Amino acid sequence: MSEDIPFTIASFYQFVSEKRLMTAKCNECGTEILPPKPMCTNCLSTNLRWIELEGTGKLLTYTVIHVAPEQFQAIAPYIVGIIELQNGLRLPGMIRDLKQEDVKIGMSLKIDFEASTSSQWPAWSRYFFKPV
Amino acid sequence: MVNKPLVSIVSAGLSPFGRREGIYCRELFADAAKEAYTRAPNLNPTKDIEALFVGHMGESYEHQGHTGPTLAGWAGILPKPAIRIESACASSGAALRTAIFAIASGMHKVVMVGGAEKMTHRTTAEVTEYLAMASDMPFEQWNGITFPGLYALMATAHMHEYGTTEEQMAQVAVKNHHNGTLNPKAHMQKEITLEKVMSSKVVAWPLKLYDCSLITDGASCLILTSPDIAHKFTDTPVHIIGSGQASDAIGLYEREQITSLKAAKLAGQDAYRMAGLKPEDVDVAEVHDCFTIAEILAYEDLCFCDSGKGGKLIENGVTELGGKLPVNPSGGLKAKGHPVGATGTAQAYEIYLQLTAQAEKRQVDGAEIGLTHNVGGSGATACVHIYRRD
Repeated sequence: MSEDIPFTIASFYQFVSEKRLMTAKCNECGTEILPPKPMCTNCLSTNLRWIELEGTGKLLTYTVIHVAPEQFQAIAPYIVGIIELQNGLRLPGMIRDLKQEDVKIGMSLKIDFEASTSSQWPAWSRYFFKPV
Repeated sequence: MVNKPLVSIVSAGLSPFGRREGIYCRELFADAAKEAYTRAPNLNPTKDIEALFVGHMGESYEHQGHTGPTLAGWAGILPKPAIRIESACASSGAALRTAIFAIASGMHKVVMVGGAEKMTHRTTAEVTEYLAMASDMPFEQWNGITFPGLYALMATAHMHEYGTTEEQMAQVAVKNHHNGTLNPKAHMQKEITLEKVMSSKVVAWPLKLYDCSLITDGASCLILTSPDIAHKFTDTPVHIIGSGQASDAIGLYEREQITSLKAAKLAGQDAYRMAGLKPEDVDVAEVHDCFTIAEILAYEDLCFCDSGKGGKLIENGVTELGGKLPVNPSGGLKAKGHPVGATGTAQAYEIYLQLTAQAEKRQVDGAEIGLTHNVGGSGATACVHIYRRD
């Protein structure tokens, strides 16, 4: 069933709107590909399947954005980081429900999902991370 | 053993950098072109220049695309073929490499290469948005990660892994601002103190306002020839003897390492190999200090020191004017300014001056070998070139 869903970023965000962290796995060489791509970047196969990721990981690095783009100015300063998930896969994201002074490289975080969808292009839902 | 030149620089030009009210980037480019023409009286630009390659990052700034022929028209070299190369902040570094291909292929004997950007008429929010387009949209921009934010992510990781300090980063700004005071074309020609950097407004922790390069208007150009005819146009050509370029994932999060730029390492290795030189042979370098941490990463990626030792290198004064390896004598992106599309060939302009002993108050005595390091985005593109005196 899920093989019929194209291995695109739009599909990734469709899953996010359903509160699921999904990505592509190559049926030929077993590489997990995040973000999902239509072709395996290891063996170039297009024989892929969707897998669900657990959504927990550790914080690799972070920053606190003070000077923000217009659409984020209302929530600045805010924390963003790169989170290492299972099998070395990584995602960048906002980190919420955490004070700046409590952020530590290596800390455990888990994914969560916003309820609403953006009204502007690209009309996606957002995922974010929070302490375990 | 130094290898034979790929191309020769027979002239170069640079518009003054800074806030240039009421002027288009094509007019800035005419400024740079005029200087290059004046420096090479034996060159008949309309007749001799066979093609133009220009770096230009964004059509949003002036609502103007198709920059190749636009700039060619203002530089007086129509109807010669003119091509814009876009590689974010490495646009004119990539244009330089493309111009080298044009000569090395035998297709052209004399070409002009340059870059231009007009930025200061836009608000900081607009510039922030345009620059962010060089980062990954669906995961980085979408999550509110700004351009300074990406370098801040690298800085935090570098501090954590190697013990690099905010003070060491601030020292890069202090050094480059000092060098900027010696460059009459620099955007910012005033000294700053370590305290001023440290107490400036936080942009993306740990990066503060004075850790960031400037929003600047400017243009730069070089005139390149095949090495065999260089002396027809000048007695003091500068030869490009190594060129390297590499790419990496558009998203920082997808890269193997976040404490170094792999593309810059690979580009450097290729350029050194082509030149037949080692990092210790370099007398003067212009590196891509879009943020202070970026200069520290450049020291390491170019093997001026070991991984993790970049903070110590600045602390020990090695890269100051008068040090063993002066870096960014022009003031760098930090003080000279960073009109993004113009930066790559502006770095080459400085090396041209240095290797022809025309850098006046900031001259590195006896410089024979120079290097430029031009990075696009958060490191998805890097171009490294190595130069030698005639």
